[in-house]
Amino acid sequence: MSETAIEFTDVEKRYGDVRAVDAISFSIRKGELVTFLGPSGCGKTTSLRLIAGLELPTAGTVRIAGENVSTRAASERNVGMVFQSYALFPHMNVIDNVAYGPTIRGGAKKAAIERGREILTLLGLDGLEKRLPSELSGGQQQRVAVARAIVQQPDVLLFDEPLSNVDAKLRRRVREEIRDLQRRFNLTAVYVTHDQEEALAVSDRIVVMSQGKIAQIGTPQELYDRPSSRFVADFIGDANLIEGAVSQNAFTVEGLSLPLPQPAPDGPATISVRPERIALEKGDGVSKIRTATYLGSRYEYIVDTPFGTVLVSAPISLAPLDRGDTVKLGIAPGGFTVVEHA
Amino acid sequence: MKQVFRTINQVGGLWLLLGLTAVLILPWYKVAPPELVSGGALSDAALFQALAGRAWLWPPVLGILALAGLRVARGERWQADDLVLPIAGTSFLFFLFQAFAIGLRGPAIPALGEAFPAAMLGQTGLGWGGFALGAALVGIIADSLAARGFCRGERFGANAVIFVVALLLLFVFFPIIRLASAALFTPEGVFQPGVFIERALAPDLWNIDCLTGGSRCGVVINTLILGITSATLSTALGLALALLVARTGFRFKGALRAISILPIITPPFVVGVAIIVLFGRTGVVTGWLDMLFGIPPTRWIYGLPGIVLAQVLAFAPITFLVLLGTVEAINPTLEEASKTLGAKPFATFRTITWPLLRPGLAAAFLLAFIESLADFGNPIVLGGGYDVLSIRIFFAVVGARYDLGNAAVLSIILLTMTLGAFWLQTQWLGRKSYVTVTGKSDAGLAAQLPTPLKRTAYMVVIPWVLFTLGVYLIVMVGGFVNDIGRWDLTPTFRHLNTAFSFEIGERGLQLFGSAWNSLQTTLLVSAIAAPLTTAIGILTAYLISRQSFVGKQAFEFGTMLSFAIPGTVVGVSYVAAFNIPPVDITGTMAILVICFMFRNMPVGMRAGIAALSQIDKSMEEASQTLGANGFTTLRTIVLPLIRPAVFTSMVYAFVTAMTAVSAVIFLVSARHNMATAYIMGRVENGEFALAIAYSAVLMVIMIISIVLIQFLVGKRQLGRRAELQSVTAPTAAE
Ligand SMILES: Nc1ncnc2c1ncn2[C@@H]1O[C@H](COP(=O)(O)OP(=O)(O)OP(=O)(O)O)[C@@H](O)[C@H]1O
Ligand SMILES: [Mg+2]
Repeated sequence: MSETAIEFTDVEKRYGDVRAVDAISFSIRKGELVTFLGPSGCGKTTSLRLIAGLELPTAGTVRIAGENVSTRAASERNVGMVFQSYALFPHMNVIDNVAYGPTIRGGAKKAAIERGREILTLLGLDGLEKRLPSELSGGQQQRVAVARAIVQQPDVLLFDEPLSNVDAKLRRRVREEIRDLQRRFNLTAVYVTHDQEEALAVSDRIVVMSQGKIAQIGTPQELYDRPSSRFVADFIGDANLIEGAVSQNAFTVEGLSLPLPQPAPDGPATISVRPERIALEKGDGVSKIRTATYLGSRYEYIVDTPFGTVLVSAPISLAPLDRGDTVKLGIAPGGFTVVEHA
Repeated sequence: MKQVFRTINQVGGLWLLLGLTAVLILPWYKVAPPELVSGGALSDAALFQALAGRAWLWPPVLGILALAGLRVARGERWQADDLVLPIAGTSFLFFLFQAFAIGLRGPAIPALGEAFPAAMLGQTGLGWGGFALGAALVGIIADSLAARGFCRGERFGANAVIFVVALLLLFVFFPIIRLASAALFTPEGVFQPGVFIERALAPDLWNIDCLTGGSRCGVVINTLILGITSATLSTALGLALALLVARTGFRFKGALRAISILPIITPPFVVGVAIIVLFGRTGVVTGWLDMLFGIPPTRWIYGLPGIVLAQVLAFAPITFLVLLGTVEAINPTLEEASKTLGAKPFATFRTITWPLLRPGLAAAFLLAFIESLADFGNPIVLGGGYDVLSIRIFFAVVGARYDLGNAAVLSIILLTMTLGAFWLQTQWLGRKSYVTVTGKSDAGLAAQLPTPLKRTAYMVVIPWVLFTLGVYLIVMVGGFVNDIGRWDLTPTFRHLNTAFSFEIGERGLQLFGSAWNSLQTTLLVSAIAAPLTTAIGILTAYLISRQSFVGKQAFEFGTMLSFAIPGTVVGVSYVAAFNIPPVDITGTMAILVICFMFRNMPVGMRAGIAALSQIDKSMEEASQTLGANGFTTLRTIVLPLIRPAVFTSMVYAFVTAMTAVSAVIFLVSARHNMATAYIMGRVENGEFALAIAYSAVLMVIMIISIVLIQFLVGKRQLGRRAELQSVTAPTAAE
C-alpha cells in the first residue's frame, strides 16, 4: 500500500570541486514526514532543493511520483515549498499570494481565489485576505506561506528550517501545527532541520546526513536506540561511546562484560550506550560519582569508570547518589549498540 | 493569451514554428537574388532557393525539417532527445559558414565556387527568413540545453543567457572584429600588416612639434593633450564643488545636484554654439571686452581653449558626483584624531584628507579623460583647426575621401587609449576600499575646509556657476529671439517656424517645418530603443545576479566593455560590419535602435544588479515552485519589485537616445535622420538660432518624457518591502 513519493538514486550535486550532495539514495513513501538532519553544511538544503527542482543533480536520478524529473525545472514539478524567510510576495496581498500558483498555472482567477479562501479558512486565516504580508505577524506569515504551498495539492511539501524564524517559545507549538497539518491532509512532507530534538519530535523517519552523504535512515526510535555509527550516536541525543573489544560474542572492557544480542567476530569495537540505559547501584564498585546534578525531572551523574567517564541519567529516586559515592554500573542487554567494529 | 502559448508549446515550441516559417515562407534574402532557373524559383524562401540551385542552403533547411520530424516522432518533450542538439548545432554552424563564406561578389574561398557554381553569383544580405532561421536555431539549442539541465532546466533562463550572449557577440564583438580586419586587410582580403603599421605610425598622428615650439601636433597628441587638460580641470572643479558641498556651510546643495543633471539632457553642439555666441569673434562677451577694455576680438575660442571650456562644463558634474561620494566616505574621526594630535587644519588636510581623496581623484580623472576622448560634438563645433581622433575618424568615413581602413586604424588607437584608461580605472576602483572601509556611520563632525582652501574653491566655483548660467541662458533664449549671434533680442518664433511649422487645413495636419522628419525619427527611435534597452539591461542584470553559468565573469566584463567603447568607434565598427552581407542593415531604423540598445544597456544593468541584490532570492524560487516559469516570475515578481531600476534605465535610455551623436552620426540616412544629425547640419551652416531652438524643444520634450515615464513605470507599492524585511528578518535563531 505504501506508494513511493520520492526516490533518489545515486544523486550527486557538485559545485565546482565541492560535493554538496554525494551519491545519495533513499525513498520516501506517500503521506510520510521525513526529516533531513545533520550539522551545518552537510547538504540538507541542497537535497531539499534537488527535490524542488531549484537545483538539478550533476549525476543520478530523482523521481517524483514515479516519474524521472532529473532535468525538469521547478516550475514543471508539482512541489510546494515553505521557505525559511517565507518568501511571501510583498507586493501582493494574502489572497493573491495564495492564489498565485493556481492563477499562473492557467486556472480561472475566480476559481483560484475561491480555492485560496478555502485553504485560508482551513488554516484559520479568515479575515486576513486583503492584508499585505508586511501587515502580518511572523506566525501568520508562516501559515500563509504554508497555505500558498499546499493550495495546489503538491506531490510533496518541503520545509527548509521552518522554525528558525520562530520565537524559541513558540517552536514547540508551531512544529505540532505542522505535524498536525501534514497528518490532516495526508501530505508527503520533507523537513530540514539541524535540531535533533525537533527532528525526533516531528518525523516518521529521519535521514541523518554528514558531509553530503547519508549516515543513517530510520525512525526516530531506531536512530536513538540503534545508531549505526559513532557519528549518528553522537549527533542524536547524548551517547556514551565506550571502546573495548568483542570476544566470544560478548563486548568486554575492564570491569564490564556485555553479551551481544547477535553473534559477532572477535576484535576491537566501540559501543554506544544512552545515559538512561545505565543503571547505577550503590556499593563497592570500581566506579565513582564525580558530579551529581539535580535537573528537576531527573538526576544526571558523571561517573569515573575504569574505561573513562560516562554520563548517566537517572530517574528521581528516594535515595539519590552523592559525589564520591562508589557505584556499580549495569547495562541491560539491548541497552547498547555496537557502532564500530573492526 | 496563455492558451495561445500553451498551444504553441504543444505544437513544438515557438522556435520550431519560427524555423519552419523561416525556410518555407519568409524571403531568405534582403534583396531577391538573380534567378538561376528559367521562370525563377517558386518563392524567395530558402527551401525553394535551395531547390533552384543554391545548394549551400540545404543544411539549414534540412536541419529544421529534421527537427520538425523529431517533434513528430518524439512528442511534446522532443527537445530532450539526444539528436536535437547535434542537429541544431551543425545546422547553425553550416548556416553561419555559408552566410560568411559566400558574399555579395561570390565565395571567399575558391573551392566553394567549384563546389557550387551558383555561388559565383554571390548572395545578398540575409532577409527576414535568414534572421528568423538564425534566431530559431539559437532558440532550439537553448531549449535543448535547458532540457539537459542547463540553467536548472529553466527554458526561459537558458534562452535568455544564450540570446543575450549571441546578441552581444553579434552587435558588440563582431563589429569590433570587423573593424580590426578592416585595419589589417585590404578590401580584397589581403593581409597587410605593413599598411597597418605605416598608418598607425604616420607622423601626422604622433608629431610632437607643438610641445617643442612648433605650430602643430599630431592628432593623437592633440587628443591626449585635450584629454589630460580637460580631465585635470574637470577634476579640480569637481573637487572644489565636492569640498564646498561636503565641508563648508554651503547651502545650495540641492541646486547643485539639479545643475549636475543638466549636461545629461543637453543636446550636443548647443553648448558649443552658446560658447561661440558668448566668446566668438563677434560674441557678446568679446564685444563687451572690446568696448570696455579695448581688448581686440580674436578667434581664440576656436581650438583647444573652446573645446576644453565646453568639456569642463559637461564633465564637472560627473567628477563632482564621484568626488562627493569620496569626500563623504572619509571617516571624520581620522581627521579629528589628527587634530587631537596637534595638527593644524591645513596640515590635517594635507596629511589625512588629501591622501584619502587620491583614489577618488584618480577615478574622476580617468572618467573625464575617457569622456573627453570619446567626445565628438564639442570638437566638431569648436575645433577650428584643432584636430582630434574622433573628428579625424568621422571625416575618414563621411568626408570626401572615404577610407575605412584608415578610420579603422584610428579607431583602434582611440579604442586602445580608452580601454587603457578604463582598465586603469577598474584597477583604482578595485583598490579604493580603504577609503570606505569604516563607512559613514561613525559619529564625529567632518572637518571644515581650511579658510585659504575654501577661498580657492569659491574662486574656482563662482566663475563656473556664472559660465553655466550664461550658457543655459543662451540656450533658453537664443532660439526665440531674432539673432542671438548679433545680440538682436527682438522676440520671434521665426526659427521655430522654420523648423516646426505646420498647418491644419482641409487635408488634415500637414507638417512643413524642415525638422519634423528628424524629430519624428528621433522620437520613434528613442521610444523603441528605451524599452528594448531597458529590457536587455534588466535581463542581463537578472542573468548576472540570478543565474549561474559557465563564463559568467567574462560575460559581465564584456557588457561593461561595451560601455567603454567610444561612440565614434562604435559608429565606424557598425559601418564596417553591417554595410555588407550577411548582416546588411545600414540605412535602416533598426541599426539605430540596435546601436542604442547595446551602448546604453550597462546603465540599466547596473541599476538592475543593485536592485536585485536587495531582493530575497527565495521569492523567485517560491514563484517557480508554484509553477511559474522564469518569464512569468520575472514579470510578476521581479519587475514590480525593481521598478526604480526600470525607471532609471528607461529614462537614461530615452534621454541618451535623443541626445547621442557620436555613434549615430555614422548610421543616419536620408530616410532616417536623427535630431542631433540635423542640428549638426544647421551648426555647420551657421544657422545657430535654429540649432538652439531645436535643442530647446528637445530639452522640453525630454523633461516631459521623464515625467511621463515616471508616471508609467510608477512608484506605487514601493517602500513596503523595507517594512517586510524588518518583519521577516531572521530573529536570530537560538
Ligand atoms: N551555490 C553554491 N555554490 C557553491 N557551494 C555551495 C552552494 N550551495 C551550497 N554549497 C555548499 O554545499 C554544501 C552543502 O550546503 P547546504 O546548503 O546543503 O548545507 P546545509 O546542510 O543546508 O547547511 P545549513 O544547516 O548550514 O543550512 C556546503 O559546503 C555549501 O558550502
Ligand atoms: Mg540549509
